[in-house]
Amino acid sequence: MTASSTGPLLELDNVTISYQRRRDRVDAVRGVSLIIQPGEAYGLVGESGCGKSTLAMAVMRHLPRNGILSGGQVLFEDRDLFRLNQAELRRVRGGRIAMVYQNPESALNPTLKVGEQVAEVFRLHRALRHRPAAEAALDMLRKVRIAEPDRVVGLYPYQLSGGMRQRVVIAMALAADPALLVLDEPTTALDATVQADILDLFTDLRGEMKAAILFISHNLAVVQQVCDRIGVMYGGELIEQGTVAEVFKRPRHPYTAALFDCIPDFGVRKSDRRLAGIAGGVPDLAALGTACLYEPRCLISRQLCRVEHPDLMRAGSRHLSRCFFHAETPAPGAAARVRPEAVPVPDVTAGIPLLSLHGVGRRYGRAHILKDIDLEIAPGETFGLVGESGSGKSTLAKVISGLVPPSAGTVALAGERVAGQVGKRTGRQRRDVQMVFQTPDTTLNPRKKVASILGRAVRVLAGLGGKRKRDRSSALLGDVQLPVEMLRATPDRLSGGQRQRVAIARAFAGDPRLVILDEPTSALDVSVQASILNLLLDLQRESQAAYLFISHDLAVVRYLSDRIGVMYLGELVEVGPTERVFRPPFHPYTQALIAAVPRLGGAAPERPVSLDKPAPGPSERPEGCPFQTRCPRAYDRCRAEAPPWRDAGEGHMIRCWVALDALEASQSAALKPRRVQAPLPIGRRP
Amino acid sequence: MLRFFGRRLLLLGVTLVVASVLIFAITNVLPGDVGRIILGPFAPQDAVARLNAELGTDRPIVIRYVDWLTGVARGDWGRSYAFDTAVFPLVVERLGRSLTLAVSGLVVLVPLAVAAGVAAARREGGIFDRVLSTVSLAFGALPEFVTGVFLILVFGIWLGALPIQALPPDGAGPLTVIAHLVLPVGCLVLLLFAYLFRMTRASMIEALAADYTRTAELKGLPQRTVIWHHVLRNALLPTITVIGAQIGWLVGGLVVVETLFKYPGIGSLIHFAATNKDIPLLVGCSLAITFVFALGNLAADLLYAILNPRVRHGRHAH
Repeated sequence: MTASSTGPLLELDNVTISYQRRRDRVDAVRGVSLIIQPGEAYGLVGESGCGKSTLAMAVMRHLPRNGILSGGQVLFEDRDLFRLNQAELRRVRGGRIAMVYQNPESALNPTLKVGEQVAEVFRLHRALRHRPAAEAALDMLRKVRIAEPDRVVGLYPYQLSGGMRQRVVIAMALAADPALLVLDEPTTALDATVQADILDLFTDLRGEMKAAILFISHNLAVVQQVCDRIGVMYGGELIEQGTVAEVFKRPRHPYTAALFDCIPDFGVRKSDRRLAGIAGGVPDLAALGTACLYEPRCLISRQLCRVEHPDLMRAGSRHLSRCFFHAETPAPGAAARVRPEAVPVPDVTAGIPLLSLHGVGRRYGRAHILKDIDLEIAPGETFGLVGESGSGKSTLAKVISGLVPPSAGTVALAGERVAGQVGKRTGRQRRDVQMVFQTPDTTLNPRKKVASILGRAVRVLAGLGGKRKRDRSSALLGDVQLPVEMLRATPDRLSGGQRQRVAIARAFAGDPRLVILDEPTSALDVSVQASILNLLLDLQRESQAAYLFISHDLAVVRYLSDRIGVMYLGELVEVGPTERVFRPPFHPYTQALIAAVPRLGGAAPERPVSLDKPAPGPSERPEGCPFQTRCPRAYDRCRAEAPPWRDAGEGHMIRCWVALDALEASQSAALKPRRVQAPLPIGRRP
Repeated sequence: MLRFFGRRLLLLGVTLVVASVLIFAITNVLPGDVGRIILGPFAPQDAVARLNAELGTDRPIVIRYVDWLTGVARGDWGRSYAFDTAVFPLVVERLGRSLTLAVSGLVVLVPLAVAAGVAAARREGGIFDRVLSTVSLAFGALPEFVTGVFLILVFGIWLGALPIQALPPDGAGPLTVIAHLVLPVGCLVLLLFAYLFRMTRASMIEALAADYTRTAELKGLPQRTVIWHHVLRNALLPTITVIGAQIGWLVGGLVVVETLFKYPGIGSLIHFAATNKDIPLLVGCSLAITFVFALGNLAADLLYAILNPRVRHGRHAH
């Protein structure tokens, strides 16, 4: 290996990457220059479609067939990656540069044992023989803290949880002790609790290994936790670069500042402020003019921005910005405070609840997917439902909407019991409960135009026909802030955010009283998420509809919800007003969920409860409290008997054997902020 | 794996029982009066009754089925009306010949089609892919009596290079046997190539684009290892199922090829039995083909399970 001791590890010099599309050529990455020093962690952020992943793939020299490096150089250890021959390239790949990707589901070969998949790297790059390679693989799995590594080596990927799979992928990447680790959204597909564990693992591994990191993520808080320096990409260009400390304290590009404002800070509520989305969308790379790419969406743009394309300019000693007016970049939060939100506060205690569930359960064979759910939602209320994947949130949503009939208990709408199956409900009852799903790509018929998608909903749900149907469709489109021309478009012509707006418009076609939102923004960029959340608030103010909002993102749930329910293994373990749920005492499980939220701002509470151990499946439900197998406070009684509901006041209920004052005392102590790992100096040689 | 094998074996038993009931029902019950069918519409009624009694077809249906089934199990498959010999040895002899032809066909076809599919998928849309896709589809669309006659004309008659009869003379050496099989096997391969080739090609393209293939490439593995170790195991799964399903047809459905190349296999035998209303023979042939079909599928399932751990372990074990 020709690892030089002085030069940078990776140097991108004016890199332009183009995709050939029929006749024209589109530059997906344009003139990006950046340097990563040995041992350094560099974060790359930006919305989808801004070229982050293309850049990562260029570092692996693994571009799609129609992609070419049309300008510049990628130098790794002083060698031009794009001039290596195949044999040299193979030695670099996996040996010197390794990669971890977003989707651990598909990154592992389903037909090979995971131990073998890790051992393969040792045989290839370390020239180990079969037996020593297998032992080295076992060691590696231990190093990435997989529980029971001896058992796991013999398992196939489908037998592992998502977090375990990602650990295997990480073990595979670290196996050859690479000099550079490319991480492309490595935690995006994981539960928040698992994400927190994996991020901790990266932080720890940085102490043990000397690999530099190129970390690609749309999640600023995650980048902040792991990286030393950060680069922000927009429209294929690097528009800002600096140390994490500087950029997070004082961004020098309006786009970066706007990205910060899109994210609901953990603790911000809808009554505090409206989220600032970023108007418009990412630029069309096929039709770029000479202006600043961000100009159409920029809040501080001027005449100069419309005629001249800015170069990267110095905005601080180690800080670069591609903005003429970088000194005027508004501080994060400044734009957002302009419009405080007036939100109606529903009266939860008075009157008949809109929705009430009593003893609702759902089982398949011997497995309880839902167990003994009691829940009430008031008219106009927003009820947030949180929990890890597999906790039964979506099944509960389907039971309420009648898509999955309950096997026990009753569902009542406005005091009136409704049938378990949607087909047996009355038209009014069906209209009252509507659903919006996570992926609008698959819920909208790709062959139908928006007009026909909405028209059908209007006809079925509102009973309108002819011109009145068309008028109502147009009005609905206006309500979700889409132009009327979109009636003629098919879903594939719309962006992800626009499709979700259509799905929301469809749900509102028949004046529903309860809209179930199942992770409606999880697949969207933060800027789009912000505008969708704002839209949901606007629609609620006008329609008085209640929301059941399901999300794994606690910050979003906290922002939007009046009350929150926490689910674990098909049971509700805590219910209460939002601010009460986020204040001690909480259920130990809630505490673990809250501790796992990656936060901007550098301070996070200790993680006293690590959920490293995966949840048992519904068929292996433990005796007593469902959480006892992972709970640090569990004692004998928890293992024997189901815990009681304890009343913490103001409608805040916790299902736990531990006395509330004992919970509160220890949890308040744990909440004292600690410094998150301080950003490391650049070029640090470990 | 053992449990999986046991379950499959049990399923095989059930399949065979159901098939035997169906075969028995179709051949012994649906035709109605067997004696009348054999003797024709103008035979006197008492002759028909006498024949029915002789054949035992006047007894209750369940007893006839049980009787028949025990006979089948003991190797007594009845006597052929037309040949007036025992059915079992006749069927076994013909089945052996058909299996020879089918196995020879598969031995040539499978590696050829899979290799071509892999090569075409790796250069999807390339010249090899496009030419082979078009040509193979054209041959696959031609009926076997056209390709067969074409082969006979070119290689057997004009060039005189190969025998046009598939059946070698008695006591022929292995080379002669192979020479006789070349043309019928070639005809089979041309017929089935497109199907298998396209199946392999499609699943290869999918597997090559999969994330785990990218993982393997970015590990720095050489192309050969990526293909052999990572891609093929996944890509071959659908192809294996297709091959399993083809075996039954390859054994019993080759009437045209057998006739063309004067090859006395089971396909022409069952055709003869059907046209001559030789019911015991028809039943025997059907049974033999069913058996081969079920075994072929069993073999395909086992191979599939060996390559696919999920199937082997039975169900989702999270």
